[in-house]
Amino acid sequence: MAADVSRVSYRPKLLLFAAATLVLVLLALLPLYIGLYQTQLLTYGLIAAIAALGFNLLLGYTGLLSFGHSAFFGIGAYSVAFLLRDAGIRSMELYILIGLPIVALVSALLGYICVRHTRIFFGILTLALSQVVWTLAYKFFWLTGGSDGLRVARPDLLAGMFTFTGGGAFQRFISAYYYYVLAVFAICVAVMWVIVHSPFGKALQAIRDNETRAAFLGLRIRRFRWVAFLISGTMTGLAGILWVPLNGLTTPEVLYWTFSGEIVFMTLLGGFRNFTGPIVGGPLFTYLKTYAVATTEYWQLLLGVVLVLLVMLLPTGIVGALSVATAKLWPKEKSA
Amino acid sequence: MILLQTIDLSKQFGDVHACDRVNFTVNKGEFLSLVGSNGAGKTSLVNLISGHLAPDSGRILFEGTDVTFARIHERIRAGIARSFQIVNLFDVLTVFDNVALSIFSRERKIVKIAALADLDRDVRREALDVLSQFGLAAKSAVPAGGLAQGERKLLDVALAYALRPKLLFLDEPTSGVSTREKTQIMDTVSSVVRAGAVTAVIIEHDMDVVFRYSDRIVMMHEGKFLADGTPQEIRANKNVANILLGAPLSA
Amino acid sequence: MSILIIQILNSLFYASVLFLIAAGLSLIFGVMRIVNMAHGSFYAVGAFVTAWLVGRAIALGVPAGWTFLLIPVGAAVVALLGIVIEPLLRPFYRRAEEYQLLVTFGLLLILEDVMHLLWGGLPLSADPVMDALPIMRIGGLVYPAYNLVVIGVGVVAALLLWAVIYRTKFGVMLRATSQDRRMASALGLNVGLVYVSAFAIGCFMAGLGGAIIVPTQTAVLGMGIDALILAFVVVVIGGLGSLQGALVGALIVSFVRTAGIQFFPEIELAVLYLIAAVVLLVKPTGLFGTA
Repeated sequence: MAADVSRVSYRPKLLLFAAATLVLVLLALLPLYIGLYQTQLLTYGLIAAIAALGFNLLLGYTGLLSFGHSAFFGIGAYSVAFLLRDAGIRSMELYILIGLPIVALVSALLGYICVRHTRIFFGILTLALSQVVWTLAYKFFWLTGGSDGLRVARPDLLAGMFTFTGGGAFQRFISAYYYYVLAVFAICVAVMWVIVHSPFGKALQAIRDNETRAAFLGLRIRRFRWVAFLISGTMTGLAGILWVPLNGLTTPEVLYWTFSGEIVFMTLLGGFRNFTGPIVGGPLFTYLKTYAVATTEYWQLLLGVVLVLLVMLLPTGIVGALSVATAKLWPKEKSA
Repeated sequence: MILLQTIDLSKQFGDVHACDRVNFTVNKGEFLSLVGSNGAGKTSLVNLISGHLAPDSGRILFEGTDVTFARIHERIRAGIARSFQIVNLFDVLTVFDNVALSIFSRERKIVKIAALADLDRDVRREALDVLSQFGLAAKSAVPAGGLAQGERKLLDVALAYALRPKLLFLDEPTSGVSTREKTQIMDTVSSVVRAGAVTAVIIEHDMDVVFRYSDRIVMMHEGKFLADGTPQEIRANKNVANILLGAPLSA
Repeated sequence: MSILIIQILNSLFYASVLFLIAAGLSLIFGVMRIVNMAHGSFYAVGAFVTAWLVGRAIALGVPAGWTFLLIPVGAAVVALLGIVIEPLLRPFYRRAEEYQLLVTFGLLLILEDVMHLLWGGLPLSADPVMDALPIMRIGGLVYPAYNLVVIGVGVVAALLLWAVIYRTKFGVMLRATSQDRRMASALGLNVGLVYVSAFAIGCFMAGLGGAIIVPTQTAVLGMGIDALILAFVVVVIGGLGSLQGALVGALIVSFVRTAGIQFFPEIELAVLYLIAAVVLLVKPTGLFGTA
């Protein structure tokens, strides 16, 4: 092994790629076996996964806990609503193409301010600024519809190749939109995987582990954090853009700080020290919340208990706990 | 040829003069030791030069350029690197990644976002080369947090060395390890540094180590320079002996 | 002129409630070093308990004048709740901040639904307390005398808290623990007792805030969540862990808010959050913070 370490081993990467493809194929086949409602729920889950994936670039890889990611999700959602109402745009691709620069701009702006701090101050700063966005959406009702929110019709997919009007439109939309979201999800996972394994991603982890030493390797700490914030906010914003056509309505609730808490929750549920943690946590949280809301009036209580137990018993999340268990069951040889 | 020069560099903490109008020069290619009792101001001087602290007054010239108020990354670009007395690593990342980060940073490849770090053959080759120079190649896949103390000290130096600095400050590279390991570490460090033709300033307490490896020795006491000379000159200096033995200053 | 007086009184009224909440939050942060996301819910519990007790008492035929005594009772119930909860949080004081925030966020969710479970989804009112006091005339305008009581309670609470922290042996223990818990423990202080007392005092203040405000409005679900964020704004402006900071912060927030409702109602809250953000940027430790 030692003799040949300078050669890059592609095998683990190919295995990973094969496993990811398998999961993707399974996800693609799933709607054939589950009902429409389940498909819709899974779509929500994939969108949550995208939001959490973006969020975790900050928490897991940069070591910054944002309590304001609802702002980016909500701005993504409201951008779509404005594009439809004020510009009459009905194409999903245009929503994404125009919405992404908007959330990126807002992320860059808020990030520039927030990365001046770390730890608890960073958390409170993100919280305060996201609340500014919430209160604006809430109070400027002539622009945003206030607490009633804004309705969003089903958009056309793939430059008008798929439109959804007339009989059975809802069913057709859900089936098609699932694959649309799945494709975007796959791209997001791939993009994020490359980012965290790039030199830039390694630098973020170095900054998270030891800020002082990272500075003495010549890294410009604040700039790295800012770019991480920008990417993180933009991806969570993309989730908001994808979410609103499915939900059909956006209200200030998706901007309120408790929704930021839910993003933190789902990431922790999966595990924030794992790449796959938020991907698992997003759908899992969606199912957990949906079933909690459906079965009991006191779903918050249930979620609260789960959260407290999680922090106490499984601080590394479900994926973290599973990987520890796997490592114990099948101790594998170290490969460089 | 003068590589680094400080002019009347001063730093005060409350009433304590950590550095009191220090005029310090480092010549290109030398292996210099900075000695003195605890609190003499050695680490403060290194902190000032490396950018960890801002001076109250005075100037720092590196290759004739004023870097007194340069930001840390600018000093590193200019060629000043340092290691840390209390080991300062990225404990969660592997030993390999620790060194690779240094190289990526130096090569300005650290901002690459759309390429996998592991696939950069040049960086990989160099990182493994640095690791084997420091005797750490076998540990490259281990998280830095899992190394033994002596190995951690070496890796700390390796991170700074991998930046290929012109001037390398080593803050007590052998503190906290056994006497036997001390020699090993110093042999490794001095051979790597001399092979790489890096100018090095080492802070050290162990006078055996200092006399054995240094070209020149500078002695600090209460923020001032007390003696400066070759190992032979320092050995003959009475003040140095008094201070090292804890006796009051005769001056 | 009289409208100005009323606006000032309104600001002071609001400041006194905000101070009670924020001072508790700040005290708990100062001693335990945790940011308690569930703190606003303690304030809401105080409001619900008091409103419920007042309703019961009136139904039993207790004269309205006596229902004033139920306000401290409501606050004391919250303090008891704090005494029960604090030991459960203790394992998290040494954990990373993420976990502290999450566990108290979980506590917030639980408390919100416990209130829902106990008192249903409908607002609960405690009007009789307010109605027991006369309506005053200020110039040509009317103003409820009860609001002056609230202002008075705020002033007395601030004085008492100051006296406890700076003039009693317990206060010395509190400050010692907040400076260095290991040292305090090494000196033989019962750190656990300090923790639970500080937490109980913090909860009592939040509960008192809820108890005194509920006669003027109603206890509704979600009031704690809104209050928490405003309390954050107060402590961020004043400085986390500082008593004077909580006082000054509460005054600033209240006056800005009163002026905001008058002159820029749409962005009144946004301005407050922005003030907090600016203070964090310019002076992260707040106007009075040292931490």
